[in-house]
Amino acid sequence: MTAKTLPQQLARVAIYAVLLLAAAFFLAPLYVMLATSFKDADEIRQGNLLSLPGSLNFDAWRAAWSEACTGTDCRGLKPFFWNSVLMVVPAVLISTLWGALNGYVLSLWKFKGSELLFGLMLFGVFMPFQVVLLPMSQILGWLGISSSVGGLILVHCLAGLAGTTLFFRNYYAAIPKELVNAARIDGAGFWRIFFRIIVPLSTPIVMVTLIWQFTNIWNDFLFGVAFSGADSKPITVGLNNMVNTTSSVKAYNVDMAAAVIAGLPTMLIYVLAGQYFVKGLTAGAVKG
Amino acid sequence: MSRTFETVLPKLVIAPAFVLGFAFIYGLMIWNSVLSMTASRMLPNYETFVGPEQYAKLWEMDRWWLALKNLGVFSVLYVGGSLALGMALAIVLDQKVRAEGTLRTIYLYPMALSFIVTGTAWKWMLNPSLGLEKLMHDLGWSSFTFDWLVQGDTAIYCVVIAGIWQSAGFAMALFLAGLRGIDDSLIKAAQIDGASLPLIYWRVILPILRPVVFSTLMVLSHLSIKSFDLVMALTGGGPGFSTDVPATFMYVMSFTRGQIGLGAASATMMLATVAAIVVPYLYSELRSKPHDR
Repeated sequence: MTAKTLPQQLARVAIYAVLLLAAAFFLAPLYVMLATSFKDADEIRQGNLLSLPGSLNFDAWRAAWSEACTGTDCRGLKPFFWNSVLMVVPAVLISTLWGALNGYVLSLWKFKGSELLFGLMLFGVFMPFQVVLLPMSQILGWLGISSSVGGLILVHCLAGLAGTTLFFRNYYAAIPKELVNAARIDGAGFWRIFFRIIVPLSTPIVMVTLIWQFTNIWNDFLFGVAFSGADSKPITVGLNNMVNTTSSVKAYNVDMAAAVIAGLPTMLIYVLAGQYFVKGLTAGAVKG
Repeated sequence: MSRTFETVLPKLVIAPAFVLGFAFIYGLMIWNSVLSMTASRMLPNYETFVGPEQYAKLWEMDRWWLALKNLGVFSVLYVGGSLALGMALAIVLDQKVRAEGTLRTIYLYPMALSFIVTGTAWKWMLNPSLGLEKLMHDLGWSSFTFDWLVQGDTAIYCVVIAGIWQSAGFAMALFLAGLRGIDDSLIKAAQIDGASLPLIYWRVILPILRPVVFSTLMVLSHLSIKSFDLVMALTGGGPGFSTDVPATFMYVMSFTRGQIGLGAASATMMLATVAAIVVPYLYSELRSKPHDR
């Protein structure tokens, strides 16, 4: 390495200063949430956003999980959390499996018109879901699953269909055609090629899609608020209602603990499998 | 298995996706526009066909115009701010720095969180009594006031701040990937010609990144038109309805005000806006790919 001149060294210092400042900006809300959640009401009133809590006080967390009131219902976030789990697990599994099958057909078993149909389906990735809210709530009523977790699962599978199909189709399109052709000559059929050749190659894209769908569906608010009933509200709706419940004293520590609880599952996945999440984000932006 | 069955099998497998997918996307689109031409109030009522009356009513409402104005302000600042901050971060991160992975993870984590979660946090930080204002007072800046969140004409800027904070990392990730795809020899050649680093970025690198910037712009623009959660969590459309955007307008009209026809009309307007931006983009993306398989 050659010795750096003074201007070069100054430039390095400036670069790191900018990077650290930006990191502080992005981390500040997370720090404030965590710090506030461990404070009691007095500490919140006397301290400020950045002051540290006096001790690791889990009262607000306990309240947020199982005691805090939303209207007259004082069961905390717990029921909403489990509603979200019940909704997210089947919805993610079904939409991922469905997307894999569709992507397999659209990349390796193309037929006349399949590209055009796929192109028309892509609009589903971008459409504002406001247009489906009113008709869909009527359909869910006719099917007898309005205000239920089942109804939300159905909506999330349909809403995620275009995206999961796109992910798998683009991934499978990069599989060497010779591999599949050779298997075909050996007499392997549609399912045999899928299970013997395609599925074993699919681990990365399955991870990307599972994480993408999990994050989207766990974080969804629009469908949750429009289609859920008293016993099926997902956690985003539960959190929003709890925070906006009008009470004489605002318990900011409980609000922050509740927000952290609601964000914890997707944060954990982001920390553990971030590279798949980033791949999903970029794949969602760069199409075709 | 017979040969004929093998040829229809792929079509059978994909059929449910096309049938249900198109019913969901295009069927419900048409259904919604039918609803928007009825006088439906609390419940959908298809016998009260009124033609474009709901649209006329919509465009006469001050509240709708305010929602559009807010959307305009929010979109321009949110998209512009996210692109600018994202680009700045990507360029600085691309200077062969230490702990790049950790920094990238920090810049991008807000994207993993729900807008409801981050909106709740920002609402607490920006509240006038105990939030940022108190922090500044404690730090010795006693004349500092920050009450944007509770003032009707400034609350929308709070939504912008929270939105940029959430999305800048996303733009950064896309731009950084783009920067990594640029051949180093290009930069070296420009350096040998005596160009300064800022000039190289402005004249050489940014033009190469144009397609990535364009894709990011598309994604952020359509997200801004659909933005709903963040507004609901941060301001609930308030104070009053001063931070209403089309998405919250649609929700309130359809589900709390009992104005289903009007809500459907506003949803159609949102669809038209997104389509005007996205359809040309999708068309060009699909056209430009070689159909080699």
